[in-house]
Amino acid sequence: MMKKWMKVSTIVLAAVSLAACGNDEAAEPIEVDTALDLTSVTDEYRDYAIDEIDLFVTETEKFAEAVKAGDIELAKTLYAPARMHYERAEPIAEVFGDLDPKIDAREGDVPETEWGGYHRIEKGLWIDGTTKGYEEYAQQLIDDTKLLRAKVETVDVTPDLLITGAVDLLNEVSTSKVTGEEDRYSHTDLYDFVANVEGAEKIFILLEDELEKKDEALSAEINEKFQNVYTLLNKHKNGDDYKLYTELTDAEIKELSQSIDALAEPLSQLGIVTEAS
Amino acid sequence: MENNFLKKEVSRRNVLKAGGIGMAGLFIGASGAGSLLSMTASADKKSTGTVSFYGKHQAGITTDTQNHLYFAALMLTTTDVADVKKLLKEWTESAASMAEGKLIGKPAENVLLPPDDTGEAAGLDASNLTMTFGVGPGFFEKLNLSSKKPKELAALPAFSFDALEEEWSGGDLCIQACADDPQVAFHAVRNLVRIARGKAQLKWTQAAFQRTKQANTESETPRNLFGFKDGTGNPDHTNNSLMNDLVWVNDGWMTGGTYMVVRRVQMFIEVWDRTAIGEQEATFGRYRDSGAPMSGKKEFDPVQIDKTDENGNKLMPADSHTALAHGDGKMKLLRRSYSYADGLDKKTGSFDAGLLFISFQKSVSNQFIPIQTRLANKDKLNEYTIHRGSAVFACLPGVKKGGWLGETLFR
Repeated sequence: MMKKWMKVSTIVLAAVSLAACGNDEAAEPIEVDTALDLTSVTDEYRDYAIDEIDLFVTETEKFAEAVKAGDIELAKTLYAPARMHYERAEPIAEVFGDLDPKIDAREGDVPETEWGGYHRIEKGLWIDGTTKGYEEYAQQLIDDTKLLRAKVETVDVTPDLLITGAVDLLNEVSTSKVTGEEDRYSHTDLYDFVANVEGAEKIFILLEDELEKKDEALSAEINEKFQNVYTLLNKHKNGDDYKLYTELTDAEIKELSQSIDALAEPLSQLGIVTEAS
Repeated sequence: MENNFLKKEVSRRNVLKAGGIGMAGLFIGASGAGSLLSMTASADKKSTGTVSFYGKHQAGITTDTQNHLYFAALMLTTTDVADVKKLLKEWTESAASMAEGKLIGKPAENVLLPPDDTGEAAGLDASNLTMTFGVGPGFFEKLNLSSKKPKELAALPAFSFDALEEEWSGGDLCIQACADDPQVAFHAVRNLVRIARGKAQLKWTQAAFQRTKQANTESETPRNLFGFKDGTGNPDHTNNSLMNDLVWVNDGWMTGGTYMVVRRVQMFIEVWDRTAIGEQEATFGRYRDSGAPMSGKKEFDPVQIDKTDENGNKLMPADSHTALAHGDGKMKLLRRSYSYADGLDKKTGSFDAGLLFISFQKSVSNQFIPIQTRLANKDKLNEYTIHRGSAVFACLPGVKKGGWLGETLFR
């Protein structure tokens, strides 16, 4: 999903910053963990995200070539798995506010004349049942993903990009995937859902050691809630494939939605890694 | 093409975030961000309208009825007793704080964390906020505490004409938040539900209202959406010995608690509105303007179901709501109902409006069930109403300072 808000915080240099509030009761300023060094964590995340974007480029090219070759069935099978790489790396991928809409805008997000990318082709494949007239969108998508790959090198991966990125990934699930609005023509929303959760889990795993030092119970709770989400998702998995959104019952959708809320609430406390224990 | 998103509009949320950054490295203490963040932790000014959370009984039962209600029924998603005790302790702490008009948790300090309190009640008067907590039959089953489950906390029998829907029924836990401000009431439930996340989730909710105190400074009996005074015959909630007789349980771990019945009663207001006033009054057994029973002249004249006119006809129709609810007059319960208006009924295009009936009683089987059985079988009002939702809860005993909700149950 194209982000409506850009993350100003992600590009500023500050690693972590804490501020006393203006409360009348003048609460004690919280203590920052001055010894905290998350360089290895941010480096590792950078590698992960770049690997995902690399795969995204490769898989997108396969998908787009199938569109250009007029192979509707092949293009349909490549669509959802290719997108998963983007969805996993979304905290990094969406930093580029000019490219994100070109790649991932949904119908109505941008003016019709500017609408291209994955979802435009999705509509062609599933609604119009054709690739004719979509070759140009396919080529543009290849170009845009390659440009994204080049730009990703320049992203400054800060701890707060990670900390806010983890819960933002789950917020994406809550606001567009669990509602079936992301892949409204192909109904492959569960693939994006899974990829967002995996992207959030990656960040959690990278920060897990640090979090355990600060709040062991919180770390255990997050772990447990991730497992709950995967248990539910696995019910809708068959081999590497996930059920279509339209095959889910209302009760199953609600169950998935509630499991994300139950996970995202404790995950939103990830920022305590920056505080002194 | 580099980082041009910097020029994009930023949301309020990002302004808050951005306020805390901009300086390299780790940064401690007061900063320019302070002024931005102060709005999330505004002053806990003394509220005038406060109802103490603590006491022998929970607040919100014999408390003077506030203007607004937000009710939530929740389902437990954990079967771990330790989790639930932790939840009840956290609820106790937060509810006590909100009852004083204070924000919950710690002030927002770390820009990388969401605030503990959701903030929409910041700076607002406590507005006589009460939060009343109950546990449903499923609570005991899920937690393997069946030996503690009170006999009175059984599923209600099916009554004639019930049209109960799962989406408006049941619950393992409930929160009844009442306040003279709807935002204060909603804020309370929202924050308590947030605290419960991962342990319990919403089953159903209902926002409801009464005429406000500002609109009726003389505190007359409120009118329901049929335009009739509702609650004239309610026992006096300020009479302690009466409440001991009718409401408060004095037995085992439930001592100081009570049982709560909640019914979501949809009213066919369009049908009612085209019913002649004579028929309306005969249906209620009361006069609309004065609220007087048809056996009397003034609102608080006694209900005399056998009183006849000069021709020997009963003044109160035997199938009228008031006559049936009154019965022999020996059985009473404490009602604390609110009206609701929830947009429209999708099927019919009519208003989905009615009454969130709430009653408190020490015995569901001796008080609510016999009365409701009489009404369900014969009440003329049934032509204009339908029961869509139903739930029964054991309202936990009150909490002493330093104690916590449900302490006696887990002891």
